[in-house]
Amino acid sequence: MKKISIIMAMLLLVMAALAGCSGSSDTAATTAAGETTAAAAGETIKLGVIGPLTGEYSMYGTSVEEGAKLAAEEINAAGGINGSMVEIVAYDSKGDKTEAVNAYNRLRDQDGIVGLIGGTFSGETLSIKEIAVGDNMPVLTPTATNGEVTLNAPNVFRACYTDPYQGSTAAVFAAENLGATKAAVLYNIEDPYSEGLAEAFNEKFSALGTVTNFEGYTANDSDFKAVLTKIAESDPDVIFLPDYVAKVGIILSQIQELGLDVVAIGGDGWDGIEVDYADVAEGDYFANHYANTDEAPIVQNFISAYEAKWGKTPSALAALAYDSTYIMAQAIEKAGSTDADAIVAQLAATDGDYVTGHITFDENGDPVKSISMIQVVGGKHVLAAKVSAE
Amino acid sequence: MNRKMLKNYIINLIVVALIYAGIKVLISAGVINRYYEGIIIFIMINIILATSLNLATGFLGQLTLGHAGFMAAGAYVSAITAIALKNSGMPNLLILIISLIAAAIVSALVGIAIGIPALRLRGDYLAIITLGFGEMIRVIINNLRGLTGGAQGLTGIPRIATFDNVFWVTALVILVLYRLTHSRQGRAIVSIREDEIAAEAVGVKTTYFKVLGFAIAAGFAGVGGGLYAHYLAFLDPKIFGFMRSVEILVIVVLGGMGSLTGSIFAAIILTILPEALRSFSDYRMLLYSFALVLMMIFRPIGMFGTKEFSWQGIYDRYKMLRDAVKRREKA
Repeated sequence: MKKISIIMAMLLLVMAALAGCSGSSDTAATTAAGETTAAAAGETIKLGVIGPLTGEYSMYGTSVEEGAKLAAEEINAAGGINGSMVEIVAYDSKGDKTEAVNAYNRLRDQDGIVGLIGGTFSGETLSIKEIAVGDNMPVLTPTATNGEVTLNAPNVFRACYTDPYQGSTAAVFAAENLGATKAAVLYNIEDPYSEGLAEAFNEKFSALGTVTNFEGYTANDSDFKAVLTKIAESDPDVIFLPDYVAKVGIILSQIQELGLDVVAIGGDGWDGIEVDYADVAEGDYFANHYANTDEAPIVQNFISAYEAKWGKTPSALAALAYDSTYIMAQAIEKAGSTDADAIVAQLAATDGDYVTGHITFDENGDPVKSISMIQVVGGKHVLAAKVSAE
Repeated sequence: MNRKMLKNYIINLIVVALIYAGIKVLISAGVINRYYEGIIIFIMINIILATSLNLATGFLGQLTLGHAGFMAAGAYVSAITAIALKNSGMPNLLILIISLIAAAIVSALVGIAIGIPALRLRGDYLAIITLGFGEMIRVIINNLRGLTGGAQGLTGIPRIATFDNVFWVTALVILVLYRLTHSRQGRAIVSIREDEIAAEAVGVKTTYFKVLGFAIAAGFAGVGGGLYAHYLAFLDPKIFGFMRSVEILVIVVLGGMGSLTGSIFAAIILTILPEALRSFSDYRMLLYSFALVLMMIFRPIGMFGTKEFSWQGIYDRYKMLRDAVKRREKA
């Protein structure tokens, strides 16, 4: 009896699996057929989003999804792309490369997407990259900052600046705007983002001043007092902390406990630091994609629309995804069809003002834009300067 | 090899060839698009990883939690070899074969190096030490920045793993593991699982066979990692974290410790399940976990236990049934 129930359960599982697989295959056939022809008015244009919607890093993926969906809604309300409605199809990657590849393959074959807004992380974007280059899929990643992402990939663009660019800009800001001569760097050696920023900062600042300490820690470290004491001995003017909020908050708290007199500088991973660590981050600076206190109407309209739709303050990732969706939609509109080559050509010709600044793409597909350096003052973001590394 | 076994092998070979031909026909007919093909490739890679872990955990009875470490070693060795050979003008298949062999050898050597000290311990202690070694491999890869790209990841790996070569590599791995577990060495390995002291008492060289089993498992994990590297064309050390080892172990436990066919079926189900549940979006991982919990409650020994699925077995059972019916009719 028990055996039979087990067999039944297994059969059900297998059937569910098969049903899930076959259910959407017919839609794929129709969209694949319609792909090469010009998008007829009324036909839906699908754009894919890939990111960690569940798990440890779900806040990043969800921000991207929400930003993209908000943009799609606005585009549709304004009449869509040449009369076609935009639909965002978002799939979860759990931040895992295997899942990201499956999600991308599914978006392409089952959903028939015209362009991809993603992946959210550099790792997942890099694992999709080679396949996407082979497919000639127009890819515009809002948030993948790794330098490699757009190299040798004419169809891959990004809306954010790269890790090296951000690191060197922070170094220029520290030396020129803050007048620092001695800097310490403390970074996460296991994280490509943190490492990329740290190295670029180190290289740039070495030319402008002295880097007194270049120290690493690993992802699971939580006590930084020993290394901070060591850093304190060389008495730097600034300390560069390129990591995400959760870790930076701990380091900043320990800096305060030790009573170090040093200004901390960070990257866009600091976005949202004012929520939990406003007091310890007071007076510190970080590079970001936009300042939410920026008075420009496009920025304020985005913030109020996002708050109205999702009931929370948008993160920089949401702003980038929002911009990316607009850039992609405008490229499809100008291309006048869903032909990949035409869209890629139009993406390359992008030139306009968006929430995260004025965007044009260089020959790699990286954006050319200045970086907003934000100071945390009284739990709020204050735009300190707009800097570029050159 | 007696006649019955030979017949068995021929039947299985035909079945494998039929599966291959069937999938090929479906691919060329467009029924299996590249999305499904991608999933099939991940299934094959998981089969290699799970069956090899099954050798160490199921047949040898040593609970190891560091399989992702061997996979990582193989993946990086294979990727670096292929990058070096990329512009040599060799055909892709040859590059793949050379890099997979290199991956298998290096991973097996790492397996021996870790196995000799680690296998002195048993049970929980072994699990913890293999977990530690698995993480060590990952950290070493993270720090060999000039060679592996460190945390930034390794790019530029040729994308040469296709359905065809992954399928046949998988078939070969299963064949070797099947032969091994049914050979003299295999029986020695199983005897260690059943009772190490008794095995030693009857003259089985336990240390030798433990290290042998462990090294072979590690070598095949390296092959699985190599195929993974050549399909994804991108590697970073985070892929090979502790959770990857657990995922592989879950496949083995679900399929049945000590059953190669169990691992194969479990790998198929557990690779398809998260994809098939995509339409449930947020509840996907919940359903996946729920399926696992159900399975473990109703069948803690796994789908197959220690039994193997075989066509001969089905035929034997059918014959028994038929004879029984005949006997009843006579009576």
